[in-house]
Amino acid sequence: MNTQLNRLALLAVLLLAVLVGATTYWQAWDAGTLAAKQDNAVELVSQFEVARGLILGANGKTVFAANRKVRRSGQTFYFRRYPAHGLAAQTIGYSTSARSQTGLEESLDDYLTGATTNLSNAIQRTLDRLGGGTVYGDNVVLTIDAGAQQLAQRLLGDRCGAVVAMNPRTGAVYVLASSPTYDPNLIDQPGGYAKVLKIRGSCGGSSALLNRTTDGLFTPGSTFKMVTAAAALDSGAFTPTSGFNDPGYCMEYGKKVSNAGNPDQRGPEAYGHVTLAQGFQHSINSVFCNVGKAIGGKTILDYAKKFGFYSTPPLETPANQRVPSGLYRNNKLWFPKDPATQVDPGRLAFGQFSMVASPLQMLLVASTIANGGLVPRPHIVDRIVGHDGSVVSRTRPSNLGRAIKPETASELTQMMISVVQAGTGTAAQIPGIQVAGKTGTAETAVNNVYTAWFVCFAPADNPTVAVAVVLEKQLNGFGGAVSAPIAKQILEKLLHH
Amino acid sequence: MGAGALSLSYRNRELAYLIVVGIITAVGFASVYIARKSQISAASLTYAVFFFALYIAAHVVARITVPNADPYLLPIAGLLTAIGLTEIYRLGPSNAFKQGLWVVIGVVVFSLALLALRGDYRQLENYKYLFGLGAIGLLFMPLLPGIGQTVNGARLWIHFGGLQFQPGELGKIALIVFLAAYLREKREVLAQGRVKDWGPLLVIWGGAMLVLFATDDLGSALLYYGIFLAILYAATARIKFVAAFIGLFLVGSVAVYQGTPHVRERVVNWIHPWTTHKVFCPLTGTMTLRQDCSSYQEVQSLYSIAHGGYGGTGLGSGTFTTAQGHPLIPYLSTDFIYSALAQELGLIGAAALLLVYMVFVLRGFRVSIVAGDGFSKLLAAGLTFGFALQTFVIVGGILRVIPLTGITLPFVSYGGSSVISNFLVVAGLMLVSHRANS
Repeated sequence: MNTQLNRLALLAVLLLAVLVGATTYWQAWDAGTLAAKQDNAVELVSQFEVARGLILGANGKTVFAANRKVRRSGQTFYFRRYPAHGLAAQTIGYSTSARSQTGLEESLDDYLTGATTNLSNAIQRTLDRLGGGTVYGDNVVLTIDAGAQQLAQRLLGDRCGAVVAMNPRTGAVYVLASSPTYDPNLIDQPGGYAKVLKIRGSCGGSSALLNRTTDGLFTPGSTFKMVTAAAALDSGAFTPTSGFNDPGYCMEYGKKVSNAGNPDQRGPEAYGHVTLAQGFQHSINSVFCNVGKAIGGKTILDYAKKFGFYSTPPLETPANQRVPSGLYRNNKLWFPKDPATQVDPGRLAFGQFSMVASPLQMLLVASTIANGGLVPRPHIVDRIVGHDGSVVSRTRPSNLGRAIKPETASELTQMMISVVQAGTGTAAQIPGIQVAGKTGTAETAVNNVYTAWFVCFAPADNPTVAVAVVLEKQLNGFGGAVSAPIAKQILEKLLHH
Repeated sequence: MGAGALSLSYRNRELAYLIVVGIITAVGFASVYIARKSQISAASLTYAVFFFALYIAAHVVARITVPNADPYLLPIAGLLTAIGLTEIYRLGPSNAFKQGLWVVIGVVVFSLALLALRGDYRQLENYKYLFGLGAIGLLFMPLLPGIGQTVNGARLWIHFGGLQFQPGELGKIALIVFLAAYLREKREVLAQGRVKDWGPLLVIWGGAMLVLFATDDLGSALLYYGIFLAILYAATARIKFVAAFIGLFLVGSVAVYQGTPHVRERVVNWIHPWTTHKVFCPLTGTMTLRQDCSSYQEVQSLYSIAHGGYGGTGLGSGTFTTAQGHPLIPYLSTDFIYSALAQELGLIGAAALLLVYMVFVLRGFRVSIVAGDGFSKLLAAGLTFGFALQTFVIVGGILRVIPLTGITLPFVSYGGSSVISNFLVVAGLMLVSHRANS
């Protein structure tokens, strides 16, 4: 009988071994898949047992995101609250009790929940957890200047648009303001999400949840002349003193492209004999049309790429909340295979022809010029700090490579200074500080309604702040008139520090 | 080494193992206490002391009655009850008190069984038909009107007064005794294929299928039937008999699957616990995803296990309730205690727990192999295989190896009938082992 008994014993042990295998499958192999399931109530609850890290402004005082402590049936839960009520709402994002997350709350979740650990805090966290103590996530200190951010949002008011600002040397982002905005505290309230969806700025029809600073695309209009001019000068095809004749139009494909279509240009419709620098100063389309024809669409697009177009600008926010700038066709980023035949170089040169850019991208163009030709890598997280105050990680400033030669950058700076001194951007003048800037006023589908831009940096000789402002659907609103004053106030606020 | 020295050595080893188990128990309760000291008092630590004293009492009885018995069985039973009690305590201190009482009763039953049968347990053979009928009677008890009760879709319980009891647990033991006795007697003639001797076995087969139909309980049916086949195989060594009965079982199962919505639902939940489209939910009468309706329990239990990862959350630190304090997984301390343990102890702890079951099963089969007579061999093998199969059916159900059926995890799950019947398993194995080693 012992043969049978041995076989039965083997069968019994095999059955139990199958259980060890199955447990391993669920706890090791498939654990990640299960944790990510939307209906996973265990993960849903357990995340609230962790005191999520705070999100703080650059001053370390402004609290963008904090916790609401709730004690229920002997357990402590931490729910999110946003004491800054909508300051940089789209960038900070939210983390709701239904596990819905956006913005930094989404992309920095691992830090905020303390899931990323080094050896020393791993031991501390394990002891906390086993000891029934609270597990604290890491705090995040941003580079956002709360005062300037507040000012930007106040200046935007109910207008749709964005204000972005950064240090062009380090890439530290000071302001990421998108309007209309919303109060993230609403999201988790009953009916609150529907309320947020109903928020409409004065432009109507677009969402407050959209982060226009990095996820919004706008026709850059004349601000794109910074890229065209950079290509013209850096490629050696032109100098700032290259001469042009402006009859008030430019001939392309046998037809006139008239300056009259350019609301950004002020003064006479036809300037006659001008230099490239003057063409830039007064934003003369015919001059840039001729530059474009001379250097070709491919050169312009190649330089645009060097400035960061055609790639998603790096930032700590979720990648799906940032978009690359460039030519778009059928709502898709499009790089023409044969630019010589597929691109209208004259119109591309002054920022039309399906060219669109995010405010952050245009800020990067100005910052690159301010930074001597090196594209700064933008960052919004200054440092990540453990609950005990120890620094977990600190962002080191770096750059994304060289776009243009230092000489080209200083020539462009001079041209941008003249824009503010005696060109289209005089509204951005600050007494005692030299400001370099470029206006842009792009046509929309509606007559006399424009996308108004101003992109600038200061002090021009030693730039510490760069600002880009875009306002959507401005009736008779030109970049130099409506956007430049906002940029000026943001510059003043940030230069004060 | 003389017999005296050997017997002393066996029981002293048992005592040493029990001390180790006592220390583990104390550490377990301390861990729960530290993690949840805001909710529970230091008095919880007395559980460990009480528990240790209880097992020392059982040890003393074993020393007197079965000094030559295997020294691993009682400490492993102690370790498993301790793990169960710690987790039940962590999930709900009031249940732990009741479970503690059941363990006391279990130890008393264990001691009584040893005292009563220390002379010669083989006299049980003479009452085999009584055990056979008793088994069927116990299995059918929940169907009796008035005392029967349906819990979680299966009619497995009886209640009188405030007390709930699952008589099928004791029925299992009775069935094993009957089968071991009957097959010991008839094994030769059965192996030769004499038809009339199959009668009682076919009655048992029919009874099990009837119970399966009547109580809607796939798990218990699988368990009884598996034990029956194991003992049949051990006794006759005829794999074709086993195959034939498996065939009959499959025919019956298909019929049950067709005829019983409850069983069909279990199978559907097993194969497709997650749906991407909405399906009809019989609980609410609306269209929902299956994981929000009928397979909710299984799916959340898997989430609980997965949340544990390699190292677990630590005893007392697992997540088992919603932020509002409602339990996330129903029947956590009974049917689903394994998913609670797997979350708090992690893969390391859960695998260790399963290894403890393996050691128990191997010791049980060892007892069976060294036993001198057919009845003892079949009895020990039946008790051990039943123990292993029960573990497989519930844990395998939780882990989606087989369809989920609500039966208890031996010694660990909350539940009086289960604790008592498992103490009887240990008592039986120790009686056989003592006799074989003497």
